[in-house]
Amino acid sequence: MILLTRRAEFSASHYYWNEAWSDEENRRVFGKCANKNGHGHNYTLEVTVAGEVDAATGFVVDLKKLKDVLEQEVVQAYDHRHLNKEVPEFRNTIPTTENIAIAVWRRLEGKVPGAKLHRVRVYEMSDIFADYYGEP
Amino acid sequence: MRAYFSRRYRISASHRLHSEAFSREKNRELYGKCNNPHGHGHNYVIEVTVGGPVDPETGMVCNLVDLDECVRKEVLERFDHTNLNLDPLFAERVPTTENLCIEIYRMLSSAFDHGEIVRVRIEETSNNFFEYPAV
Repeated sequence: MILLTRRAEFSASHYYWNEAWSDEENRRVFGKCANKNGHGHNYTLEVTVAGEVDAATGFVVDLKKLKDVLEQEVVQAYDHRHLNKEVPEFRNTIPTTENIAIAVWRRLEGKVPGAKLHRVRVYEMSDIFADYYGEP
Repeated sequence: MRAYFSRRYRISASHRLHSEAFSREKNRELYGKCNNPHGHGHNYVIEVTVGGPVDPETGMVCNLVDLDECVRKEVLERFDHTNLNLDPLFAERVPTTENLCIEIYRMLSSAFDHGEIVRVRIEETSNNFFEYPAV
């Protein structure tokens, strides 16, 4: 088995807010991220798939197809959007880096032809990233 | 849902790779330039990964403010702008980045109580890095 990773980028805005909490509690826990006017990031997405190398093509998956799936399923939905307000899965879920990784996994699961999704890594900035392996 | 959150930190420190178990010649042969008696330095990048369930209320594995505070207190204040060979941890052990990685993992594992430290990865230069434990 071999792992293959493809990167994609999107830029989006978000804020962190838990409606069940008071304004003070939101500000205490989320700090600057609780500003309801939102703020933005250039996100980098790394999607890793696992599979066997096809003897005829030398590929695990056709990278063009993987790129197209990332583009259709994730980038088009997230790029230049306000995640809280425009992306359905974040209507009731805070778009933290962790939750974005889980949401991307769900969008991609079963849609990568010929390979198994192994890991979704989302960088919010170069010093922060979240990994999700599909674990319950 | 279990996810993994990682954050990068930086320290600048000096070290010298030299083992008392070997002769001067053997040390030079084994460690090469790293055995230079006056030491040398690196800008280390320390990547700390915390694993755990995503809290349904916060959407987070852990609050990065808590991780920052712990890493600052345990690691950055201790090692940044220091000579690693002079730290008591390395009194009897060579401060290779392998050993630094293991020690930092141990320190953070016992000090951090807001989640499970699952991995420490240290880049010594942009071309080499070390991870402990293997995940």
